[in-house]
Amino acid sequence: MTSYLSVRDLVVHFPTIDGIVKATDGLSYEVERGKTLGIVGESGSGKSVSSSAILGLHRGTNAKVSGEILLDGDDLLQLNDEQMRQHRGSDVAMIFQDPLSAMHPYYTVGNQIAEAYLVHNRVGKKAARARAIEMLDRVGIPQPDRRVDDYPHQFSGGMRQRAMIAMGLINNPGLLIADEPTTALDVTVQAQILDLLQDLQREFNSAIIIITHDLGVVAEMADDVLVMYAGRAVEYGPCKEILTHPEMPYTWGLLSSVPDLSADTNAKLIPIRGNPPSLLSPPPGCAFNPRCDHRDKVPGDLCTTQVPDLTTARSGGNHVKRCHLANPDEVYATEVLPEIAPDLAKETP
Amino acid sequence: MFAYVVRRCFTGVIMLIVMSFVTYFLFFASPIDPGRFACGKSCPPALIKQTDKALGFDKPWPVQWKDFAIGVVKGRDYPEDPALRKSAPELISHCPAPCLGYSQVNLINVTTELKDKIPISVSLALVAFVMWIIGGISLGAVAALTKGSIIDRGVVGTSLVFYAFPTFWMGLFLIEFPAIKWGLVQVPSYTSIADGGVWGWLSNLFLPGLTLALFYMAGYVRITRAFVLESMSEDYLRTAKAKGLAPRKILFKHTMRAALTPIVTLAGLDLAGLLGGAIITEQVFNFNGLGKLAVDSTQTFDLPTVVGLVLLLAAFVIVANIIVDILYAVIDPRVRVG
Ligand SMILES: Nc1ncnc2c1ncn2[C@@H]1O[C@H](COP(=O)(O)OP(=O)(O)O)[C@@H](O)[C@H]1O
Ligand SMILES: [Mg+2]
Repeated sequence: MTSYLSVRDLVVHFPTIDGIVKATDGLSYEVERGKTLGIVGESGSGKSVSSSAILGLHRGTNAKVSGEILLDGDDLLQLNDEQMRQHRGSDVAMIFQDPLSAMHPYYTVGNQIAEAYLVHNRVGKKAARARAIEMLDRVGIPQPDRRVDDYPHQFSGGMRQRAMIAMGLINNPGLLIADEPTTALDVTVQAQILDLLQDLQREFNSAIIIITHDLGVVAEMADDVLVMYAGRAVEYGPCKEILTHPEMPYTWGLLSSVPDLSADTNAKLIPIRGNPPSLLSPPPGCAFNPRCDHRDKVPGDLCTTQVPDLTTARSGGNHVKRCHLANPDEVYATEVLPEIAPDLAKETP
Repeated sequence: MFAYVVRRCFTGVIMLIVMSFVTYFLFFASPIDPGRFACGKSCPPALIKQTDKALGFDKPWPVQWKDFAIGVVKGRDYPEDPALRKSAPELISHCPAPCLGYSQVNLINVTTELKDKIPISVSLALVAFVMWIIGGISLGAVAALTKGSIIDRGVVGTSLVFYAFPTFWMGLFLIEFPAIKWGLVQVPSYTSIADGGVWGWLSNLFLPGLTLALFYMAGYVRITRAFVLESMSEDYLRTAKAKGLAPRKILFKHTMRAALTPIVTLAGLDLAGLLGGAIITEQVFNFNGLGKLAVDSTQTFDLPTVVGLVLLLAAFVIVANIIVDILYAVIDPRVRVG
């Protein structure tokens, strides 16, 4: 029994004149219909590259893609270009970070939404337009029958992202990939867009992958979380589990840089020191080791010589992590949690 | 939109007035005595004076400009000299509005002179324009789609080679080989639609049109290639691809539309410049158009004709600019006003 989407050992490499950029390396995850997977990580960790591979957006470029992407049992990587095209926008849809640049400035919003419907349905322009108006209404655009003829620049940022969601969902796809859908928006609008996505998910029962660098978004939306670092999964499991018992120092770093996770007034905001690694020549061993505060707790030079395997976390279940620490749960409870959320640390002995 | 067009036309007219003023000033401030050329080489000074007077060249240039402007609006009568009119009323000839002056070299009203030549130059320019637009844009798009391949390099390289050839050489080559030696086409001589029908008109324009098109095409290949490549990296193309659109649809609807703005800019100005006459090509093919007239009138110091030509060309450029600006608004909704 496989999930609706099952990604296995996905590899996306870009050969460049300086060497191979390993933007995604051995990534595996699953998403069920009606469930949401949050993919988190700093920018440049390979979130967009790996997700674009599901739509086959690397076809026709120099990217080397391998592994398996099973959608409802079909391996998308085995399809030819025309077969892949049939899936795009119908079974799998994607919305992007900046809705202004993601829409063609010269065509009306309605035209661009209807276009997505026309490709995959044998209907006339009138019917497609009616459907576009219906979708605009559904995503909460006021006066959709008038706004359908507006150009993208006449919409506000939040409305543009709503329109992109309308475009993405117009064919009722089984999977929606939302690549940082709220990053370019005001905070108040962000919450509205996330609510809208959740509503629509309930209605259409689609699987959602939400890509973000904001754990707050993940906490609100996701059922499962995949933490990516330097093209690899470093921690993966149920959202609650990962937010309460994270076992990878990089995840700890992400948690300590989130402002209001527990509304803890004594919480300290601690940014992760250092910079994301180069994907061209990542550090040997664990890619996170140069930035890790807990390297000295691992005996020998394991951290700098050996890439840790993805192993079952101490808390068990479906929770896996990639770290050499022998007792990460204890380190988190005794050293990290008191720093970032003192109140929380006192409650849980 | 309508108000915008009216405003642009209004400023266009003002620009033309200023242009004519400046042109008058420059030409009549020059040491050339127009009467001297009108009456021949060994002309005694008294006769020169008389000619000047007859044509109104003895007046100060602002007055001459005023007469010219009145002529454009209302028409005027020649000769200018009131004494001459009285003594020889049979000499009076009327130059109807829009009167651009009287060519004392060709003994004809400038307006009439231009009217005869305009169809020739305009036909040539339009035929060349259609050829280079179709050729340039499609080759540029092909080059962009095959970027880095042999086809790309071949297209860009060949277009540059044609650009590097002087037009007189290309024109002579086309007359000499395809027309004379190989007999594929007849040696062109301008035939109006009224005389030769559409086919006769078009077939005689083919070689000179091609000469110009090959020269102009290089710019269009490059600009199309550059902008198609640029728009291929745009986010909205990724969206179009993610929707599942067919590659053909993505190219024609999404990519090419974005490349249209720079092409329209270039095309408008190139065409406007060419409408005023292709000087070299008209000489080579012996087409009696505006370009040839420009060369002849400068050589004979036929100032009224030169002024008329300058203003006509300026009008072409101004009108082309207005059309280009209107097209911007048609192409790009963000430019639309009110
Ligand atoms: N076409 C490409 N050629 C080479 N490197 C690329 C290409 N596309 C993306 N990359 C690299 O892949 C890495 C991951 O990018 P991306 O997936 O966009 O990160 P993010 O997690 O911020 O979405 C980046 O370092 C980027 O430079
Ligand atoms: Mg990204």
